[in-house]
Amino acid sequence: MQHHILSRKNQITLMSGILIAVGFMSRWTMGNMVIFRWAMIIASLLGVSPIAIQAYQALRVKVVSIDVLVTIAVIGAFLIQNFEESAIVTFLFLFGAYLELRTLNKTRSAIKELTEMAPESALKQIENGEFEEVEVDEVDEGDILLVKTGAKVPVDGTVLSGEGHINEASITGEPVPVGKEKDSKVFAGTILENGTIQIVADRVGEDTTFGKIIELVEEAQDSKSEAERFIDRFSKYYTPAVLVIAFMVWLFTRNVELAITILVLGCPGALVIGVPVSNVAGIGNGARNGVLLKGSEVIHDFSRSNTMIFDKTGTLTIGNPAVSETKYYAANASEVLGYLASVERESDHPLAKAVLQEIGDTTFSPVENTEVVKGGGIVAHVGGHRIAIGNVALMEKENVLLDEKAKADVARLEKDGNSLVLTSVDGQLKIMMGVRDQIRTGVRKDLQRLKALGVKNLIMLSGDNQGTVDVVSRELDLTEAHGNMLPEDKAEYVKKLKEEGRIVSFVGDGVNDSPSLALADIGIAMGTGTDVAIETSDVVLMNSDFGRLPHAVGLTKATKRNMIQNIVIAIGVVLVLLASVLFSEWMNMSIGMLVHEASILVVILNGMRLLRYHLR
Amino acid sequence: MGGDFNMKTATIQLETLTCPSCMQKIEGAVKGLDGIDQDTVKVSFNSSKVKLNFDEDKITIDDIESTITKVGYEVQKSKVK
Repeated sequence: MQHHILSRKNQITLMSGILIAVGFMSRWTMGNMVIFRWAMIIASLLGVSPIAIQAYQALRVKVVSIDVLVTIAVIGAFLIQNFEESAIVTFLFLFGAYLELRTLNKTRSAIKELTEMAPESALKQIENGEFEEVEVDEVDEGDILLVKTGAKVPVDGTVLSGEGHINEASITGEPVPVGKEKDSKVFAGTILENGTIQIVADRVGEDTTFGKIIELVEEAQDSKSEAERFIDRFSKYYTPAVLVIAFMVWLFTRNVELAITILVLGCPGALVIGVPVSNVAGIGNGARNGVLLKGSEVIHDFSRSNTMIFDKTGTLTIGNPAVSETKYYAANASEVLGYLASVERESDHPLAKAVLQEIGDTTFSPVENTEVVKGGGIVAHVGGHRIAIGNVALMEKENVLLDEKAKADVARLEKDGNSLVLTSVDGQLKIMMGVRDQIRTGVRKDLQRLKALGVKNLIMLSGDNQGTVDVVSRELDLTEAHGNMLPEDKAEYVKKLKEEGRIVSFVGDGVNDSPSLALADIGIAMGTGTDVAIETSDVVLMNSDFGRLPHAVGLTKATKRNMIQNIVIAIGVVLVLLASVLFSEWMNMSIGMLVHEASILVVILNGMRLLRYHLR
Repeated sequence: MGGDFNMKTATIQLETLTCPSCMQKIEGAVKGLDGIDQDTVKVSFNSSKVKLNFDEDKITIDDIESTITKVGYEVQKSKVK
């Protein structure tokens, strides 16, 4: 019976609305008070039934909910035979709840879209080798699955056979499909656009990258800041307090009308719903735009951050050093390039990779007696020649003479922020290469936008030499830049700034910077989606897209403003209502309910604006 | 936690929650049950979910679901592991 009534709340609302309309029509057009009176009585009884049931359910678990206040108010109105008010109040309350549900669903839509991208079924290989469709929960690690064109990859796995192109936008935000073949990694929630592949499941369910992202966002939207926890505690005592006050008013004034009006006016509505609504809409906007914000506390801190620290390599720069310039000091260049490539081929040093990439196709020769000189380079023998490859210090150690021209080149390349790779053959300098990391495109503009958004101090910390750091710093117009820093030095620096009272965000790639990410007020990870950084940081920029940082900062500021607006609206409405019940004649229960429900809708609609937020 | 307990984690998806006071109701109802680890009960407003740990020897997931239904909220699906 209870369930019956509750599940027909919408029909009940509609019927009570029609009854009220009929009642007023007959009163105004025919002056028929009998029909009016009975229409109002039936509308009241109809309307109060679901509210009373909810109130009863709440009282059974010792909670004084809004339903309790409204039910008592309606009973009071009935006792003094004010059926008009009881009918209108119940109708407004039910209709308001209906609109709240509709609009709340809108504010939650962004996150819902994300969770709905989760795969639901999979084609799993069974004992006879055939594939059978099963629910995704039934897939275990090690199972072999078939993915057909157009289907979602159900788990994180490795391709066993077949090939195809996968759209990984749900994980990386990158819309261009990625080619996959045997041994490629595939991720749950991505879509196979063409081809057919068989995969083995490596991680399933909540352990997949997609599962982690969803869990993170879901928890974020319901995580509470200190202020919200206060409002929660407050509202727990607030509703019973309203009940007590209304009772006292009745006791002293014997004015039922006034007492029940207070009951309705005292309903906490906009205040408790305003902040969560801003929160969910803000986080939803972020999720849509490749910025994962972990909860409202993060939004609060991030919106106030005035100092942002960046790791250099991989954050401001691409992290993939490339040769920017090559100088030759001998005629037989192609032969030397062959020696150089042969030796570098055996090294996994990032500079060696850059050099190899620059040389490209060449003749490789066997390498003997390879010796790695720590902090210098490599010495080896190729084709009977002694080859030394490394920095200036290695050349000095090898007694290689640098002439005036070479010395000038060294000075100039270092000033431009290059790391140097010098090659000597049998004690003669032959080639000098300058290797430099490239600054990510658009970073300069992004940093300017950050400054415009109020992040006054832009600081770069790097393990690189000060020369390289200074060049990048000048190019990007940073506030400060420090080189030669180990991960623990960076963490120490973050700590120092925090002690100075600054609100520090740290942007890094999450692997070697994890101490700083953890120490900073806000740790921002450049996540490729597969990174553990998703778990350790406060904010994740999907697909390592630096360009999303200004949006993230702007969004948190907008969300914070939105929350404050909602709190002001909510408190303002309660104050105005209370003042008018004390000082004006026109305030009654129906108007109170109307204003109350309207204020709830206003804060929800205000929160919804955040879904459309875009940084200009 | 001793090994003789049969603790499970349940994630229960509810119909859309619209009022934060719903959370108090659901929390109150669920915490009143025997065999529930009180500290783990978490009702989330925006995702409309209840998460809790319970002792499978003392209470079943069906009992928990019907308790929530009794205070007036529809259970859409639940996951136990």
